[in-house]
Amino acid sequence: MAGIQISSVAKRFGAVAALNDVSLTVGQGEFIALVGPSGCGKTTLMRIVAGIESADAGRILVGGRDVTRSRAADRDIAMVFQSYALYPHLTVAQNIAVPLAMRRLSGADRLPLLGRFLPGAARRRAAIAQDVAAVARSLGLEAMLDRRPGQLSGGQRQRVALARAIIRRPAAFLMDEPLSNLDAALRVQTRREIVDIHRAAGVATLYVTHDQTEALTMADRVAVMMAGRILQVATPEEIYADPQDLRVATFIGSPRINTLAAEAGADGVVRLAGEAVGLVATPGPLTLALRPEDLWIAESGIAATAEAVEFLGESVLLHARHASGEPVILRLPPEAPRPRPGTALRLGFDPARALLFDAAGRRVAAHAPAERALV
Amino acid sequence: MSDAVLPLRRAAPIGEALAGLMLTAPAAIAYAVMLLLPTLAAVALAFTDYELGMPGFAWIGLDNFSELLADRGFAVSLRNTVIYVGIVTPLSIALGLGAALLIEAGIRGRALFRAVFFLPVVSLTVAMAAAWQYLLHPTIGPLNAALRRLGIADPPFWLSSSDWVLASLAAIGVWENLGYTMVLFLAGLTAIPRELYAAAQMDGARRAVDRFRLVTWPLLGPTTLFVVTITLIRSVRVFDTVAVLTQGGPNRASEVLLYTMYREGFTYLRLGYSAAITLVFLVIVLGLVWLQTKALDRKIHYG
Amino acid sequence: MDERRSWLADAPRLLLLAALGLLVLAPYVWMVSASLKPLDELFRASLALWPERFFAVENYGKVFARVPVFQYIWNGIVVCAGILAFQLLFAVPAGYALAKLRFPGRDIAFGAVMLGLLVPPHVPALPLYVGFSQLGMLNTYAALILPFTISVFAIFLFRQFFKALPDELIHAARLDGMSEAGIVWRVVLPNAWPAATAFAIFSVVAHWNDLFWPLIVVEGPSRATPALGVLFFRSDEAGDDFAALMAAAVIMTAPLVLAFLFAQRRFVEGIATTGLKG
Repeated sequence: MAGIQISSVAKRFGAVAALNDVSLTVGQGEFIALVGPSGCGKTTLMRIVAGIESADAGRILVGGRDVTRSRAADRDIAMVFQSYALYPHLTVAQNIAVPLAMRRLSGADRLPLLGRFLPGAARRRAAIAQDVAAVARSLGLEAMLDRRPGQLSGGQRQRVALARAIIRRPAAFLMDEPLSNLDAALRVQTRREIVDIHRAAGVATLYVTHDQTEALTMADRVAVMMAGRILQVATPEEIYADPQDLRVATFIGSPRINTLAAEAGADGVVRLAGEAVGLVATPGPLTLALRPEDLWIAESGIAATAEAVEFLGESVLLHARHASGEPVILRLPPEAPRPRPGTALRLGFDPARALLFDAAGRRVAAHAPAERALV
Repeated sequence: MSDAVLPLRRAAPIGEALAGLMLTAPAAIAYAVMLLLPTLAAVALAFTDYELGMPGFAWIGLDNFSELLADRGFAVSLRNTVIYVGIVTPLSIALGLGAALLIEAGIRGRALFRAVFFLPVVSLTVAMAAAWQYLLHPTIGPLNAALRRLGIADPPFWLSSSDWVLASLAAIGVWENLGYTMVLFLAGLTAIPRELYAAAQMDGARRAVDRFRLVTWPLLGPTTLFVVTITLIRSVRVFDTVAVLTQGGPNRASEVLLYTMYREGFTYLRLGYSAAITLVFLVIVLGLVWLQTKALDRKIHYG
Repeated sequence: MDERRSWLADAPRLLLLAALGLLVLAPYVWMVSASLKPLDELFRASLALWPERFFAVENYGKVFARVPVFQYIWNGIVVCAGILAFQLLFAVPAGYALAKLRFPGRDIAFGAVMLGLLVPPHVPALPLYVGFSQLGMLNTYAALILPFTISVFAIFLFRQFFKALPDELIHAARLDGMSEAGIVWRVVLPNAWPAATAFAIFSVVAHWNDLFWPLIVVEGPSRATPALGVLFFRSDEAGDDFAALMAAAVIMTAPLVLAFLFAQRRFVEGIATTGLKG
């Protein structure tokens, strides 16, 4: 498979292991979002793929070619930087043209003054100008080709950075938090545009972000990274509904998934504060995790006390506290009755949607009791 | 802005205005006595025939300046200054930039080399001039001893040769200035965002030269302009090394502007004539600053 | 590119730097070497750095015996300290007033500062000399110090620096009942340390090394600064005695160079910030 292949990459900064045996494959035309809290190593991984930093171990393949030892310029990768990294002294047109000028013009061609008179240079320059015009048109930048980056808004700069990346038709795109410097409204709009650009280019894209909404809305697959390791790579739906690690489950989703300490007895019955919850698993201490929207107020179930209500428009968040003292949040329809603070509640849930994790945070299989009886 | 608002904005509280005046008063008095009046007096002197120790003076209009134009000594002095500046400025800027780039390019030895190159800036110029005099001494100097050992039978007499004296002084000038330009360039280099270099690498700037042309040189533009101006002004001011080492000699070959002014004023006591030279010096300095402002407006400022 | 490279990959860079560094250090090396050698060894123009006969005691002894070294250094300290003290005393309040207070004539005052920046100190030198000579003040500390008590550059530097201080700081001090003078010395000055140290280094380096003005107003050793001291020693005492002359040069260069070696970072930053602002 072409695209980007990262295999067993490791990197240390002094005593700190920034990346720990990281492997990830971005297929041809695939969009993968690499998401994780800040400091988890995602930017380091991206810079290693770009060739700006070197790995201590492991290999990088781009388009099937081993580029581990190649320089950034020789990797056939384009990158959009968080700060956009536009050249402040060049116009928009010149900024977009840089990757082409560096590749198509010789060092002599690029000499000031003299370069204009070299044979063929004028033709090559004209071809570059045409490509720049085409890319600028596709991104709506025609009107500002002669301006300098300092005269542009944040959103416009971001487009110039995108234009500079796509003009080369590289084998792969890297994007390092490209939306983090935009305001909220612009971010939503630009999200769509980046996805469209990716579709049109059909190029393997690795997109680094700390924002789970971006990851879930834009990517074909999401890779969740923490403490220098990739914990899970899966489609947005799977990452949300079927996390394989407790850290993935708590990182993805807002409000945070509810976690309650539980235990499976020798008989396999899962009990929460001594009460069976209708699940069976391998004996041992467990964490029971439930999304806020998977809980409801019922006649029987988990005992909790209502504490506060937040109205969000399309839904209502009910903050409650489990008997053990752990907080529990429910997402209820706006028309649902809202219990007063201090009311004792019983919370019901669908066992099929409950997630169980063992003491090490690994996902364990949960069965309904009847199912187990069948086995 | 309406009339009703204007007085409110303009009238500062009396206390604040009073404090402002009191706090600036000492500086204002010192400024008037030590800078403003003497400068105006220097300008006025340039149009008189005042000589120290003479009872009176007369206004002679532009006579001093027409004498300057006819004075071969002054012409030589001006020419020497231009040659000196023409050697010292480009060389100390090129070497300072080179040193700064080399220091920035790695981690080892940063503090050490920065200190080494900067040492001449803080060293007593007069003392170091004496050291240079020994180093360049025609017969006992280590430089000529080394040249003789390399088979050059009669090496130049450096500071005592009218052919070599300006070049020798300029070499000392470069040695004095390169640490200063280096420090300014280092400050300019640290202000360039690291990500631009990463972007340049991704964009295909393979060689260090390409990255220098694409990122370093243009982004250093404002720093370079400033360094050029300040180095020009510093080297137009050359005085110490000439006063210590050559007194303008041999045969006026190292006569420079400020030394001529000093000699006319304080040796021959022709203050009027000396003031006229000072005025020429002032005009050159102002001209350089004016050029810098023009260039700054024109180009190198990226909004 | 900021990564640690192997010694081998770093070698070309280090070799180039070392070569340039040796050129820069050459005068110091030969100066110290010559100050340790007897005169006859110098006259043989040998290229050996280490003396055959160690003559340091005689050379340095000669300097201390023939010229009042400590007098020169003391004069240098008095002059530099006096200049710096007055410069700060005048420039800090003025810089603060120009940055934070509204008073009539402020714009004119700032214009005067900017204009003053353009005038090199050599321009007012002639009339100042005439003035000091009329008042019979040549050859005094006053003549050495007074012309530099006003530094428009210092005013400009402090104004820029104080502009960056938050207004709230000053408003709060006023609400606490402090006088404007009290604000300057107790609120503004403590916050001005970075600019003040940078300027102090700039000022001391400039005036310790200055030759032009001392040469004009000083005669004889009683008020001579180190720069003049070397000059006197060279013309009066040493003649062609390069060994003793180099010893004198080493002695007079040492104070500032030692200060620099102890506070390198501050020196470099001080000169860089004052340089870039100026």
